[in-house]
Amino acid sequence: MRYLGLGDADRRAMLASIGVGSIDALYRDVPASAILKTPVDLPNHQGEMEVECAIAALAARTLPAGDVPCFLGAGAYRHHIPAAVDHLIQRGEFLTSYTPYQPEISQGTLQALFEFQTQVALITGMEIASASHYDGATACAEAVLMARRLTKRTGAVVSGALHPHYRDAIATNLRFLDARPVWLEPAPLADEDLAARIDATTACVVVQNPDVFGRLRDLAPLAEACHAKGALLVVAVTEAVSLGLVEPPGAMGADIVAAEGQSIGNGLSFGGPYLGLFATREKFVRQMPGRIAGETVDADGRRGWVLTLSAREQHIRREKATSNICTNSGLCALAFTIHLALLGETGFRRLAEINHATAVRLADRLARLPGVRVLNDTFFNEFAVRLPRPAAPVVEALARRGILGGVPGPRLFPDRPELADILLVAATETVSEADIETFATALAEAL
Amino acid sequence: MESRATISGNRGLMIEEPLIFEIGSDGRCGVDLPEPPAHKDRLGGMRRKATIGLPGLSEPQVVRHFTRLSQKNYAIDSGIYPLGSCTMKHNPRLNEKLARLPGLGGLHPLQPESTVQGALELIDTLARWIKILTGMPAVAMSPGAGAHGELCGTMTIRAALDARGDARKVVLVPDSAHGTNPATAAMCGYSVEPIPSNRRGRVDLAALKARLGGDVAAFMLTNPSTCGLFEDEILEQAAAVHAAGAFFYCDGANFNAIAGRVRPGDLGIDVMHLNLHKTFSTPHGGGGPGSGPVVLAESLAPFAPLPWVVHGPGGFGLVECAAGAASRSIGRLKSFHGQFGMFVRALAYMMSHGADGMRQASEDAVLAANYVRIALEDVMSAPYPGPCMHEMLFDERFLKDTGITTLDFAKAMIDEGIHPMTVYFPLVVHGAMLIEPTESESKASLDRFIDVMRALVERAKSGDAAWFHDAPRHAPRRRLDETRAARNPVLRWRPAGSTASAGQVPADKATA
Repeated sequence: MRYLGLGDADRRAMLASIGVGSIDALYRDVPASAILKTPVDLPNHQGEMEVECAIAALAARTLPAGDVPCFLGAGAYRHHIPAAVDHLIQRGEFLTSYTPYQPEISQGTLQALFEFQTQVALITGMEIASASHYDGATACAEAVLMARRLTKRTGAVVSGALHPHYRDAIATNLRFLDARPVWLEPAPLADEDLAARIDATTACVVVQNPDVFGRLRDLAPLAEACHAKGALLVVAVTEAVSLGLVEPPGAMGADIVAAEGQSIGNGLSFGGPYLGLFATREKFVRQMPGRIAGETVDADGRRGWVLTLSAREQHIRREKATSNICTNSGLCALAFTIHLALLGETGFRRLAEINHATAVRLADRLARLPGVRVLNDTFFNEFAVRLPRPAAPVVEALARRGILGGVPGPRLFPDRPELADILLVAATETVSEADIETFATALAEAL
Repeated sequence: MESRATISGNRGLMIEEPLIFEIGSDGRCGVDLPEPPAHKDRLGGMRRKATIGLPGLSEPQVVRHFTRLSQKNYAIDSGIYPLGSCTMKHNPRLNEKLARLPGLGGLHPLQPESTVQGALELIDTLARWIKILTGMPAVAMSPGAGAHGELCGTMTIRAALDARGDARKVVLVPDSAHGTNPATAAMCGYSVEPIPSNRRGRVDLAALKARLGGDVAAFMLTNPSTCGLFEDEILEQAAAVHAAGAFFYCDGANFNAIAGRVRPGDLGIDVMHLNLHKTFSTPHGGGGPGSGPVVLAESLAPFAPLPWVVHGPGGFGLVECAAGAASRSIGRLKSFHGQFGMFVRALAYMMSHGADGMRQASEDAVLAANYVRIALEDVMSAPYPGPCMHEMLFDERFLKDTGITTLDFAKAMIDEGIHPMTVYFPLVVHGAMLIEPTESESKASLDRFIDVMRALVERAKSGDAAWFHDAPRHAPRRRLDETRAARNPVLRWRPAGSTASAGQVPADKATA
């Protein structure tokens, strides 16, 4: 019971102070029939070493992406995280503090959030950003809800090349609201005419860039078409490192950017916790969901930071709030901020360039394999290839050889048999020339 | 400014720290990266045109910057943090270590299932522990935090009602509820109606019964409540809710008072979210990440969000598609499989405590809160009689005629090196002060806390209002002007001389 602050003598003394004979007296408001007569059927307490052994045994029954050639992406990317990031986020003052409700003793968290908001605004090319959401998919769903509030329209036109998890998060969030979303079909090289689908009920168009198949698009014409028809443009980004090299959504006219920030500062962690980035125009701020840090001064006139614009939030507005969000991804946002501070302008752009260059070399190498076709004309660090046979068993065969060889189409699109032969492959700065060769050789043999 | 202002503005260990944007310089970089390999770009003309504007810093600059920022934060590692309803208990470091094992922290969420069997087993094991502790048959693991769990739970209720063709429109919420409850109900298309509290700080059972009817989808209760009280008529509430054909939702934010001693499944609850960052000590990190698994009754389990972890003859697997047994699922709430890193920490916490330790932790939390209650109730004002559960509610009547508010009192606690309790919540009493010591505090720590609180009360009642109005004096900042921050929002850094609003695209008239 190493984590408990009290000993038996303390407990006895405290019960005596309270004036009760036993702890049971303090539970007297619980209906007697609901008090457990016997302990719950779980093992008793264990020492640190025993717990470590048991959980390490589970960890031993996996193939860590960090240890092998890994070409997986589709919304989660293996990047190198500088050692300083994890050291700093584990400082107890960051790790073990709550949401900064008392700003005078939370300036560290608040200033870091203000820096985070600025970094997110800068890399997305937007004016302002929130203090984070759970992940990119929930940020994207919140963006659609925000567009509904801003336009007083109900529907959304959603690109087929939006990550299916993002698409599903939108669908789930709209499920019980009055909305008739238009879902386009997923297809790797489709030239979607999203603008043609906008009507008087369309609150927003949702696209992803680079899209789930890795393709890059100039969104400026779509932004113009949206605005001409009174709709907003929501742009999802699932690989934040792309913003170091690719024209950002803000520069192309996006109204809301919902992005996954995991790539910067945050490990893969089997899918979470991740980090939703949410950026928009300043004039929309009062409809923006989630916490926001803002600058102010203290009683001595010194600059400081507080959580602000809380009149949007659930603890003030209750059922009229912009969102129900409370806890978000504070520590993940801090990791992002530290990693991006280390990279700076030079490092961030170079990191993105290395990712792209590595992916280009991978694409060129895979294109030389018989029967393998690289589908993308454009990409950042991920692209789609068509294999001469179903991709899922190929990926399984590669995994048996210790290679994580991409995401097969059916994993993302289980109900789309026409995408069964599609394989999404990503290459970050962590992929070496030798990894590419190992992968290409093994893939050729697996086909 | 203080008369003893230093030249630098620093005060010993408290060092003033500018923004990274004010200390960085062009071209510096804290990461050494190689030249990109030779390549011909495939960006199709979509290369970024403008510079980004990120500052350049060396690694020592970055480490020093964030170390200095950290020193401006209060934390459970530094002292008692009795923030009611937030459960700031000790965060074991073993849990951090385990979440970082390469075989867990280094897994990609879309690896073949055959390569992640240990991770799926971990999720399944945690799910089993949660089901046993709560006495509920099913659990949805994916919600990202407590509020997200509420959304999940309320959606399953809505889906179950829709499936039986029952178009109910109203969710009932006690007036003491967390703000997330009504906000969540609204996101599921429900209108929200409050149920008043009675004189004992519990839900007014007669008022609840009077309002229940064929239009009520659910009653959302927090138990133990935000007043720190166990709802002693909960079985009658459950019976009335079910008799009306509605579902009984429980906000499990305060499960830490009863874990191991009482199972929500024995209280007639149909659905409840847990906050792993509260009851099961995953670190709150200055505002997340959280994790909000939702336990479900049999009647709601088919509607649980994707993915589901299942166990078959070939090992563990993931159901990621709304088909077959999952065809009635509400769908996916977020990417991938939930807050896995938090699952590792929570399971390590649960295994470390075990059945006996979790029960002891709950009892100690309740004991500590009642110890504080008894020690303070003669000088402060408690709106409801005890015993309390894991937290103790006071109001500001004891400050009447002192000219001192709850906020002033809280700020004076900061100067004493104590994080204030939750203030102005719940909303059902004036100037609420909600104190949750948790099981982590030693008796000596509780005694120091009590001594300081009693001395502050005495000072308040002695008429020294200025002491409180000026507080805090010794924090990194004195009282911050929140009104100014909201009236004239400055939400990001901008280079000196740039305009406040630099939109690159003409304003959209339709949406302005």
